[in-house]
This record gives sequence, C-alpha cells and structure tokens, in this order.
Amino acid sequence: MDILSFFLETGFWMATLRMATPLILGTLGELICERAGVLNLGIEGIMAAGCMAGWTWVYMGGDLWTGVLFAAFIGALFGLLHALFTVHLGLSQHVTGLGITMLAASLSSFVFRMLLPSATTPPKIVPFQPLAPPLLADIPVLGQILIGQTALTMVALAAVAVVSYVLYRTPAGLAVRMAGENPMAVEAQGLSVFAIRTWAVMAGSALMAVGGAFLTMSAFDAYYIGMVNGRGWICIALVVFASWKPGKALLGCLLFAAFDAIQMRVQQQSGMLIPYQFYLMMPYVFSIIALIVMSRRAAYPKALLIPFRKGER
Amino acid sequence: MTGPPRAMRGGPSCDRDSMTEPVLKLSGVTKAFGPVMANENVTLELRPGEMLALLGENGAGKTTLMSILFGHYVADSGEVEVFGRALPAGSPRAALAAGVGMVHQHFTLADNMTVLDNVMLGTESLLSPTRDTGAALTRLTGLMERFGLRVNPRAMIRSLSVGERQRVEILKALYRDARILILDEPTAVLTPQEAQHLFATLHQMVDQGLSVIFITHKLREVMAASDRCVVLRHGRVVFEAATAETSAGELARAMVGSDIPRTSRPEPRQGKEILYLDAITVRGRGATPLLDGLNLNLRSHEILGIAGVSGNGQAQLADLLSGLIVPDDGQMVIHGKRVHAPSPAAMLAHGVGRVPDDRTGTGLVADMTVLENLSTEVYRLPAFARRGIMNFKALASRARQLVQAFDIRCPSVDTPVRTLSGGNMQKLILARVLSGAPSVILVNQPTWGLDVGATAYVHQQLLDAAARGAGVVLISEDLDELLQVADRIQVMYQGSLSAPVPAAGVDRAGLGLLMSGSHASPNAATGTTARSAA
Repeated sequence: MDILSFFLETGFWMATLRMATPLILGTLGELICERAGVLNLGIEGIMAAGCMAGWTWVYMGGDLWTGVLFAAFIGALFGLLHALFTVHLGLSQHVTGLGITMLAASLSSFVFRMLLPSATTPPKIVPFQPLAPPLLADIPVLGQILIGQTALTMVALAAVAVVSYVLYRTPAGLAVRMAGENPMAVEAQGLSVFAIRTWAVMAGSALMAVGGAFLTMSAFDAYYIGMVNGRGWICIALVVFASWKPGKALLGCLLFAAFDAIQMRVQQQSGMLIPYQFYLMMPYVFSIIALIVMSRRAAYPKALLIPFRKGER
Repeated sequence: MTGPPRAMRGGPSCDRDSMTEPVLKLSGVTKAFGPVMANENVTLELRPGEMLALLGENGAGKTTLMSILFGHYVADSGEVEVFGRALPAGSPRAALAAGVGMVHQHFTLADNMTVLDNVMLGTESLLSPTRDTGAALTRLTGLMERFGLRVNPRAMIRSLSVGERQRVEILKALYRDARILILDEPTAVLTPQEAQHLFATLHQMVDQGLSVIFITHKLREVMAASDRCVVLRHGRVVFEAATAETSAGELARAMVGSDIPRTSRPEPRQGKEILYLDAITVRGRGATPLLDGLNLNLRSHEILGIAGVSGNGQAQLADLLSGLIVPDDGQMVIHGKRVHAPSPAAMLAHGVGRVPDDRTGTGLVADMTVLENLSTEVYRLPAFARRGIMNFKALASRARQLVQAFDIRCPSVDTPVRTLSGGNMQKLILARVLSGAPSVILVNQPTWGLDVGATAYVHQQLLDAAARGAGVVLISEDLDELLQVADRIQVMYQGSLSAPVPAAGVDRAGLGLLMSGSHASPNAATGTTARSAA
C-alpha cells in the first residue's frame, strides 16, 4: 500500500495537471480540425514550431504573453499551409500532415541552430511563474493543486470550456461540425466549405502551437531539439478516445498525464527491480487499452478525410 | 392514379398566359464536362404559380441544369434570371438569397445532427456569439403547420425515414423564404402513397404562390401533377408543352428520341423448386430482428419480385443470398441441398449469381479495368490460372467476347470501369453473372439510375435467363418494374415476406397497402383492389 500513497499527495496531482496541459491544448486543436473534416497529422511538427516560436520571441526580448500569441500565429500559418493542400487542392490529408510535421519540426531546429550556432547548453529564458492568486489558496484541495500551476494551464482549462461553447452554441460551431459531417449540406445552405475548413484548421493549429509553447515557456525554460517527443501523436489518439468531444478530451488528457505521473513515481520507488523502460511504456499501454474500450462506439465525423470538391458529388 | 390532372383542378395556374412575367429564366445555358455536352443552349422559363416538370432520361442533363441554376456548377455560357434580376454564377448563397430553394436527390443533411441544426445552418451570421434556437423553433413549427410537413425538430436525422428526410429538405428551403422550389427526382425514394402526399403538399405550395420545378423520368407523375413539361435529351430542350395538351406516349418518344424498346415476355412455365428459405431469422443489434422468420420459395423458369419500402430487410435478404451474412435461425436449401456455412464462395459454388444494388460499391471495383472486373469470379479456375499465375491472354479473350455479347460500350477491355456509364456498368455485372450460367439469380434494384434503353436491356436479360431455366429473385422499389417483369410478387415488411401473389393479379394500390403494412393478408389486399378497380 505504501507504493500507492502518492495518490494522496497534492504534488502528484499538480504534476498530473502540469503534464496534461500541452496535451489538452493539442487535443483541442486536433479536435477542431477533425470536427471540420480535416485530419491534421502536422500536429507533432506544429507543436515543435510553437515551442520554438514562443521561446525565441522571449529570448529576443519580447514579453511572455505576446510570445504565446506569436506561437499561435506561427501555428496558424502552418495550419493555413495544411489547409491549402488538403482543403483547397484536396490532396491526401495523411501525406500532407506528415509532410507538415517534418517541415515544421526541421525548420524549428534549423532556425534554432541558425540563431545559436555554437551554444552547447541551451540558453534559458524566464518562464511563466506559478500563480498565487489570493482567493485560490482558500479552496481546500483543488486550490492547492491549481495554485502551483502557471497561467498557460489556466488558459488550457479555459480553452476546454470555450471550444465546447463555440462548437455547440454558436452558428460558427454548427457550421464547423456540419462541414465534418456532410460538406454538401454546408454548400447547399450557401456557406463556403473551403472557408470554414480553412479557418477551423488554422484555429486548431494555433491551439496546438500554444500547447507546444507551454513546454518552453512554462514546463521548462529552454528549447531542446525533439522536446515535443511524441505528444502530438498522443493527442491524435486522445481525440478518438474523447469521441470528438471537448469535455471527454479533458478527461482523457488528465488520465494519460496521471499514468505518466504514476509511472515516474513508481519508477523512483521500486528501485532497480524492473527495467525503467517498462514504466515508460505503461502510460502508452494504458492509453491503448482505454482507447479500445472508449472508442468502440465512437461516432467519428462522417466526412473526416474526405476532401470536398465543388461541382462534384 | 395520383389525383386528377392539374389542368382540371382549376385554381390560379389555369389562366396563366404570356402576359405574366416569368419568375425564372434560363437563357442559352451551355455546360460541358470535358468532351461531353451536359447542357447545350438550354432556354427555359418558369411562370409564377406554375408546376413545371423537367423530364428526361438519365444523363439527359436535368440535374446539371438545376445545379447550374442553384450555383453548384458554373455554366460555360448563358444566363440565369430570377425575378427579373441576373443571378451571379456559382453561388448557392446568391440563389438562396434570390428565393431559390433546392431539394437534392441525394439529401444534403447531416445524419448525426438534429432537424433544427440542419435547418438553421447558414441562416445566422457565423460571427454571432449565440444561436437563437427558440425563435428558429417557433418559425419552423409555424412552417410545419402551414404546409402540413410534420417532423420532430429535435429528432436526429439518422432516426428519420426517407420520407421525413425529404420533408426536412423542403422545410430547409421554406425556412429560407424560397419562392421557387426545385426538386430533383423527389419520388425516387418514396412509396406510391408518400409520393401522392408529396404532390398534394407541392400543390398546396403552388396555391400559396410558390413556383415549382420537379425533375423526373416518370411519365405518370408528369401527367398527374404538372402544369407544363419540358423534355431534355442529350442536354438540349427537345419538347415543351402544356401537360393537358400532350400525352404520355408523345413525351416518351421525345425523351428517348424513338419508340421505346419493348421487352418480349415468354410464356410462363411451371418449374421445379430450386431455392427454399425456411423461417430465416437474422437478428441485428437493434431490438427488432432484421429478418423475422422469412419464408421464400423460388422455382426455376420464374422471376420472383420482392417489393417493399427500403429498410424493411431487403438489404439483409440480398446479403443472405449473396452469402455475406449468416442467419441466426432457419435454413437455406438450394437444389435440395442445405447450405450449412453460407459464404460468398459457397453461394457461388451453389450456382447463385449476384447483381448487387450498389454497382460501384459492392458490384465493381471502379478503379480497375473492365477485364479485371469481368474476371473476378473466374480468375482462379484452371482455364485462367496455372500454379497461381494468371493467364491474361485467356482472360482478355473471354472479356472481349463478353463485351461483344453483352454490348458493353467501352473503348477497350483495359478501360477503368469508373469511366463507364451506369447502364454499361450494369451490363458488365450481368455479363459476369450470366456467363457463369447460374441457376439462382439475385438481382437487387437492377435498373436504378438507368435510362429507358438500358432498363429494357436488363429486363430482357432477366426474362431470357428465366426462359433458360434459372430462377430470379428480383428485389426492386420500382413497382412498375415488378409488375412488368415478375411472375409472382411478395412484399417485404419489417423483415418478413407476405404470401406471394401472381403479378397479373395485383396493381400498384394493392402493393402499396402491403408495403405500408396495413394488411396482414395479401388476399385481403388484392380483394380491396379488385373492388376499388371495379
């Protein structure tokens, strides 16, 4: 029982929420794209570009919040590129997405090397600091967990509510969902499928980039090549796990992050008995099992992966 | 049959003459898809309060013309004028704003959303921070009351019947204040009763000042429901008349360009039983079984017609006879031998030939060639393959023979099937099936989307196959087809079949009653029809 005592520590839950933050933003971003009918496999690279863009902005002397906006802007640009190929030219979403990932990730490393050709240790910036709003500390347990987080985690939690509201309660959200279900219906009601999908992919990609920026501007304070480390791919699985619903996406991200946090604790406590790779594997195994259980009856957007071409049916 | 002709009904549309300005004017519309002229210099007028039938065979350019009008396509040349104003090309938004509403043949609805969502889409600013569903609901229910188009606004589209979905499509147009309503093949998916109801609704709309164009290739509907008709052939207007002043025969000749080919029907012969389905039950995931204790008897030398509204188990019956599903209960006997483990290969081995309804989905591989598609059931036979290596020479000469024998129009056997017309695709499937000399032939919606010529060809092939001694199970939603070709007809309702009736002894009304499940016994239904006919 000793080994499970960490569930009672606030530190464990703080770590879970912190590790979940980039996943929440990335998953929401992917979810918006897929709801509009466009799979965005560029996510892994777009997150890397967000890492790089946010960090660079601050390193060059900008302040943190405009850095976040800059990262979002760069993400939206890659989203626009993805949309040009997949929405307007109707090319394969898989191939384009993987291309965007390779392009964005390599470009980020390239720019980093151009800026700092000879840095052996990555230079640091002053990242977002843990929040300490006066009222928050008074909430018993939740307050303790939230108080250690940075502003970007709050942004991620707020984004769940905002994305949920926009998708289900606004005309624009209806149009996005409809574009992912039956683009012909959108066209027949006088709206432009191209415009809706393009905006959705850009918005989603901007969120992914902010998720990436969290890594260099909150979780760490420097940029490392390859620091996204597969989080983008996890987001794609989490979208399926969430059945394309923002609320369930939050749940999935927390669950995955919790597995990751458990894995770290257990690894520390169990000593050398079991090779550490086994623990590293655990969150992925658990997420695969959860994915199988949760996504069996998932209703995916009907027009996902299907390009819309005007004047064809 | 579908009520008295419009011209006799009186009402506002009777006295329209050239003095009234047309509400819609197409002039000199031309549209080519590559080398094919879909529309050539088409000029068309719609007068206020008029019901215009746009008639033509499949591929005559009816849908293309209406898609240009609604802005799905941009015409190569020509103009569209609505209420005296030129309509910008290629913009459904502009068409909607000008008061044109379109009910597409393939409904443009999202299955996983509610009726209200589908209707509201695009009616509010995309920048608006909220949706006013309350006001939309009031407006929608008002329209439902006014036009008698009832459907639950909160229901998901996927839970609606085809007829209800069509109502949603019409409501979508009305919700946007359409003054001109275009319907593309609106009755293709309806029962005769539903179709009658639809035309009653449309007449009600016309009486309230709307103008309607409906596209069709069914002469019966044109004669019964329209004020005026325009016939398109090969993309050109070839005939135009007031409905009261023309006849079905004249329209048919205008559509086809010559007299309609007739099928010759051999004398019915009493064959022996070759297929026997005994109390077949297939339980799906839902509460009610998909096939529910179904019995069927097929004799050689006969065509057994299966009628019914789609979704009553026809798809499962077709899958069963194709070997795609295994029944949970009951048995299937072919030539006195029980089929123990149904599979596509087993059914082929038992001599069952299959013509599926979805030609490009399950019938053919669209991106593969004519040769490859013709070879899919024989390529492993010793004549065409040796030690796992295919003999393309033999397959190609077989394919060329079949192409000639079945008159499949294609540049060569190496052409991808995708580029063939629907009629030629169906000929290809028939060639593949009939070349195997099957004793049981399953045909599902064989003439869906085919023109008159191709339809007659398909019917003749089925009649010939029956004359040679095969038994044919013909599943069709086209009652005219069943009455014309089948020897006996059974009606499918909620997964089981009515007792068979001879095709000579029933009419549309009697079948329609059985299709709606209102009569348990077919004898009662035929009795009613006999009385009403008398």
